[in-house]
Amino acid sequence: MAAGPAYIYRYDGSYPGFLCCVAECFRDKRLPQGVQLLDEPQATLFPIKEVETRPGLAQRVERSLPERISPLAHSMVRRGFLTCMEEKELRLLRFILLGYKHGAKVTNMSTHDDVHALDAALLYLKNEAHYHVEFLRFAECGGFLASTITPNNLVLPLIAPHFCERLNTEDFVIYEKTHQMGFVHQAGGRREFFQAQGWDPPKPTEAEERFRALWKKFYDTVAVEGRVNPKLRRGNMPMRYWVNMTEFQGRL
Amino acid sequence: MDLFEKLEILTDAAKYDVACTSSGVDRPGAPGALGSAVKAGICHSFAADGRCISLLKVLMSNDCAYDCTYCVNRRSQECRRTSFTPEELCTLTMQFYRRNYIEGLFLSSAVVRNPDYTCELMLQALRMLRERERFWGYVHVKAIPGASPRLTQQLGMLADRMSVNIELPSQKSLSLLAPQKSKEKILTPMRQIRDGIAENAKDIVKYKAAPRFVPAGQSTQMIIGATPEPDRQVLMLAEGLYKKFSLKRVFFSAYMPVVSDRALPARDTPPPLLREHRLYQADWLLRFYGFQAGEILDDAHPDFDPLLDPKCSWAVRHMEHFPVEVNRAPYEMLLRVPGIGVKSARRIRSARRQATLDFDGLKKLGVVLKRARYFITCKGKSISPLPMDDPAVIAGAIRERGFAQMGKGGQSWQGRELPALEQLSLFAPSREDGVKRLTGQI
Repeated sequence: MAAGPAYIYRYDGSYPGFLCCVAECFRDKRLPQGVQLLDEPQATLFPIKEVETRPGLAQRVERSLPERISPLAHSMVRRGFLTCMEEKELRLLRFILLGYKHGAKVTNMSTHDDVHALDAALLYLKNEAHYHVEFLRFAECGGFLASTITPNNLVLPLIAPHFCERLNTEDFVIYEKTHQMGFVHQAGGRREFFQAQGWDPPKPTEAEERFRALWKKFYDTVAVEGRVNPKLRRGNMPMRYWVNMTEFQGRL
Repeated sequence: MDLFEKLEILTDAAKYDVACTSSGVDRPGAPGALGSAVKAGICHSFAADGRCISLLKVLMSNDCAYDCTYCVNRRSQECRRTSFTPEELCTLTMQFYRRNYIEGLFLSSAVVRNPDYTCELMLQALRMLRERERFWGYVHVKAIPGASPRLTQQLGMLADRMSVNIELPSQKSLSLLAPQKSKEKILTPMRQIRDGIAENAKDIVKYKAAPRFVPAGQSTQMIIGATPEPDRQVLMLAEGLYKKFSLKRVFFSAYMPVVSDRALPARDTPPPLLREHRLYQADWLLRFYGFQAGEILDDAHPDFDPLLDPKCSWAVRHMEHFPVEVNRAPYEMLLRVPGIGVKSARRIRSARRQATLDFDGLKKLGVVLKRARYFITCKGKSISPLPMDDPAVIAGAIRERGFAQMGKGGQSWQGRELPALEQLSLFAPSREDGVKRLTGQI
């Protein structure tokens, strides 16, 4: 690409914001040195460019992905933005530019460094989302169900539909501590994501304590003593997820 | 008796049943009803034994009228007896389900009074769950052998999966250990469920809203190691069940010596976990790899090799088929190469349409060559580090290394403890050293 100063982009951390970075990079005709969030401390000597989020521009870039690359690549970028991949924005940016160059073929170029990294990150995202469908635990606290999770990837948008469908008769809140966001569902009505700097569920009710104790009792009893196998259990259920699970509360 | 104690007793009595999966049916949620079902099944926790907890696995009652020798709930055993009321069972299921603890209910029961009465009890609970509570999640229910077909049919309309335990692998063992059960009694409900499913499939073609009968199919389980049948007989039986009864799964359960009896292995016998593992490996070969039971184990080899998995032992016995050329071998043959599974075989099949494969290409596809290298060639070349003319050499090279450690962990094979392998040392203590140590000389 043409010469010129290599900038560090700073954007607001939103998905449309990232798409504007893509447009900015296209206009600069040069890859940025790095992409940072606006609220990150500035610790660099490279020239800085603050990228403004403009919804119209973001939409144009968004539309170009399925048209100029492929619908699969579009979905990979969208999901890729939820992952905890290192230098996520820069890698996605390079993936998109690669896609503009090669078209639909890009999703199969799995030996390419950036495509391979994105594939691995997407696999991690998918697996972690599935772990949360399995191991997420709700607690009844006075009229609604509440759950706190601490995933590495932003799995909430991927798991919310599953719980909306399954628990359509319930009111529930899932709070995602890592990214400080949550999801609210009301039976037969409101469903929305929210941002919150920390959220503590109300105290569990007495009935809730009883069912927790019953579940712990069941969990302990159902294991067959003659076959105890801690390694197998850890393999199937990584210990990272135990902290939020009812059956291990007060035992870790 | 309070709910805690009941749950403990009835879970404890049900835990040896292994057919506890939540798979086989895709059912999207329905507005106003709690729950949904996913075809692949969802595990919600893993118990200390490392096995999946997917369903609330309990007995309706452990107050059994039968006296099967191997069973913890037999009539002559002294233990606490209790039953759930339908109300209690509904509360537990609904409350556990909405907290995302479980995927549904697994309901089995001891025979209370007689099979029909037991069925009525279970029906009552399931009706309450499905109709009053509008539970839309997964339900697995045991058919009770000897119950009237009408009741089994009704249970099937409320459940997703049904199973009848075949218990022991032969009629002889059954009459020895479970005198009140017989092969005929067990196979009758199995046949009924099979025919019910087939008929229901026709109804659904005719009109979409036809009520579903056992949509997730039926399964069964048998106990391994309580009786002396060879592996070959067990595997033949499993194959027969898949073919004749179109079962979804046959589960094997290593016998845990929980009761003392002259007809049973001693209380201190370790459970034959490795044998169970081998049976599952062979079961996968039957279901996904196109093997026949008669190929995996033949008359000359009626039992599994503790050191080699069934696929490897078949390959070593049939070296005349190997090595196969990866670029030309039919898919069915690729599946038979040790180390190449369904995923790898599919990848090879689609990749070789684009380009000729070499060993580097195979590695990129994710094919593990540790064992496969002895059995394949790429473009006519082999990378086997060993001469290929002696199957015994190959067998030695691909045998399971971790096995020495497993021997120390109290593994048993066919009920016998396997000797742990010893580490050779120049300075290993001799017999005399032992004597000297006792007398205080060292």
